[in-house]
Amino acid sequence: MKYLLVEDNIELARAICSRMSLDGHLVDHAALISEAVDYANAGEYDLILLDIMLPDGDGRSFLKQHRAGKNNTPVIVLTARSQVSDRISMLDLGADDYVTKPFDHAELQARCRAVLRRNAGSAQSTIQMGNVEFDPVGGHLTVKGNVINLRNRELRLLEVLMNARGQVFSKHKLVDRLFSYDDDVSENAVEVYIGRLRKHLDGSDVQIKTLRGLGYRLDHDG
Amino acid sequence: MTGDVTVSRSLRNRLAIILTGGAAVLAIVLFFVVRGYAAQIAQQGQDNILSASAASILDSAVLRDGQVELDFPYAALSMLSTDADDRVFYAIYEDGALLSGYAGLDIPNPFGSLTYDGTTVRVATASRTLIGANVPRRVSVSVAQTQDALSGTLNRISTNVAVFGAGFFALATALSFWATSTTIGQLRRLTTSVTRRGPQDLSPFTKPVPTEMAPLVGSLNNLMSRLDQSLKQSEDFIAEAAHRVRTPLATVRSYAEATFQRVENPENRDALRSMMRAIDESSRAAGQLLDHAMVTFRAENLERSDVDLNDLLRDLVQRMTPIADMRDVDLILDATAPAHLHGDPILLQNALRNLLDNALKYAPADSRIMVRVQTIPSLSVDVSDEGRGFRLGEIDMLAERFVRGSDSGGQIGSGLGLTIAKDVAAAHGGRLILTNTPRGGACATLQF
Repeated sequence: MKYLLVEDNIELARAICSRMSLDGHLVDHAALISEAVDYANAGEYDLILLDIMLPDGDGRSFLKQHRAGKNNTPVIVLTARSQVSDRISMLDLGADDYVTKPFDHAELQARCRAVLRRNAGSAQSTIQMGNVEFDPVGGHLTVKGNVINLRNRELRLLEVLMNARGQVFSKHKLVDRLFSYDDDVSENAVEVYIGRLRKHLDGSDVQIKTLRGLGYRLDHDG
Repeated sequence: MTGDVTVSRSLRNRLAIILTGGAAVLAIVLFFVVRGYAAQIAQQGQDNILSASAASILDSAVLRDGQVELDFPYAALSMLSTDADDRVFYAIYEDGALLSGYAGLDIPNPFGSLTYDGTTVRVATASRTLIGANVPRRVSVSVAQTQDALSGTLNRISTNVAVFGAGFFALATALSFWATSTTIGQLRRLTTSVTRRGPQDLSPFTKPVPTEMAPLVGSLNNLMSRLDQSLKQSEDFIAEAAHRVRTPLATVRSYAEATFQRVENPENRDALRSMMRAIDESSRAAGQLLDHAMVTFRAENLERSDVDLNDLLRDLVQRMTPIADMRDVDLILDATAPAHLHGDPILLQNALRNLLDNALKYAPADSRIMVRVQTIPSLSVDVSDEGRGFRLGEIDMLAERFVRGSDSGGQIGSGLGLTIAKDVAAAHGGRLILTNTPRGGACATLQF
């Protein structure tokens, strides 16, 4: 997925970019509305993350302009304001969703996913591996023609594994990616989801290998 | 809000007192002037007849053989007859000495009033000089008449004038009340249109007002525009302050999260976890406090419109679904019954969001949250989860401000969510009911 992040706080932007690329996304960063307009005109983005208070103007005016230009790229607003009427006015202006600062990256990811799924009319990006086709936006897996709907954590687990094929993930790393820091879970909880994914992948030429003492790895038989 | 206004005397009463008082004085003055004038005219009439009578008596006086002779013409007295049988007196003097008639009628002026025989009489005197054999003789005649007929006429006139004056007074009073209420009515209309305004409406008055009220309305508009400006300024300030505080918090949180992904040492991880928790807690508390303030403010002046609860819930559920998905919780909306409510959509959305927020926090992973709209026995929305439920001993206290369940464990919360829901329900004439489902989960119902 290709994201455009419009945020004037460089530190925050850097943190978001690095976290996004960890999930396998490409992020362009604009610090000003004028830059954002240039970026948006030059490239095709799957999603725009827009801060509201920017040095050269109000993000809402960008949003208005963006929508007036028949640009369908979905927009998620990053706002520091939390008053309800504010949120509503942003949705009225054509934002697809909003996240209040400070935010949980897992929540931002979840919101991005939901917005992308709702706007899934555009090019579907599926990941092909052996005889398995994975659609991370739609949240389903096609194994030898059978479509399987994945639960959110199964989906995220598979996404993590597919984005770094051949790489070994420890249980502990997977817990961090799958659960909120606040969820009180043991590392064994990962086994449940690994088990479910294995069941879904049954009969395909893709499998999750256990490397004792190290973790898990997604392998392709072919 | 008239309670804290210092009230001086009523404008309407003041106006009414001045106007009716003026009318009363005018009526009394009118009475005396008209009555005086009428009395003067009547008196003049009597004087004319009396002097004509005296002149005709004097006319008949002749000097014969040095003696004054006077042939008393009866017409001179008959012209004085009245309906009231007034008595007539006369006196004839020759060079100041009484020649004939009643003594005591002499007056220095041609006309005069005096008391004679116990009653007031009007006297007219005329005199003439007769020239005989070289001695001039001065003859004077006084004719007097009682005033019974005159006072009868005057009484009649007085009665009529009094009735007229009273009528004038009544009419003037009625007019003054009408004028007063028309004038005060303008003020009242202005008051009504100020009172009817919503709490957010600070636009100037544009309806035409009478010239005299224009300065008042002008100052009112001025005051409102200043109020509007300062409200906008403080809104901008809050927004700016929130931005300044929350953006660096977001940076810190993002870094903490990124570091959390890399760090292996359990002690460091715990430290980062506490850090993120503290950030979440402060940002959540700030949000809830602002929401609570907004709810308290709006609850007094609901901005009602026709709200379709089903639409509102669909939007809300759609927005919350990504968060539910993160923990594989299914958010199920059963909104099939028509659910229209005349209420404040922003408050209702806030209350329902808080209930959903709570359910999401306490629902275990891989469970279901049901949101159901019911219309029987009355319109209600209930949100139930499959978590541990409420502690029975605490259920009545949970909706109090800042009270949190003793088993809320590690969950982040401010203790305001249920308070907000309860206040919103109360503002709409409903209530918040907390129960546990038969399977043990918590169920919060907003009943209208």
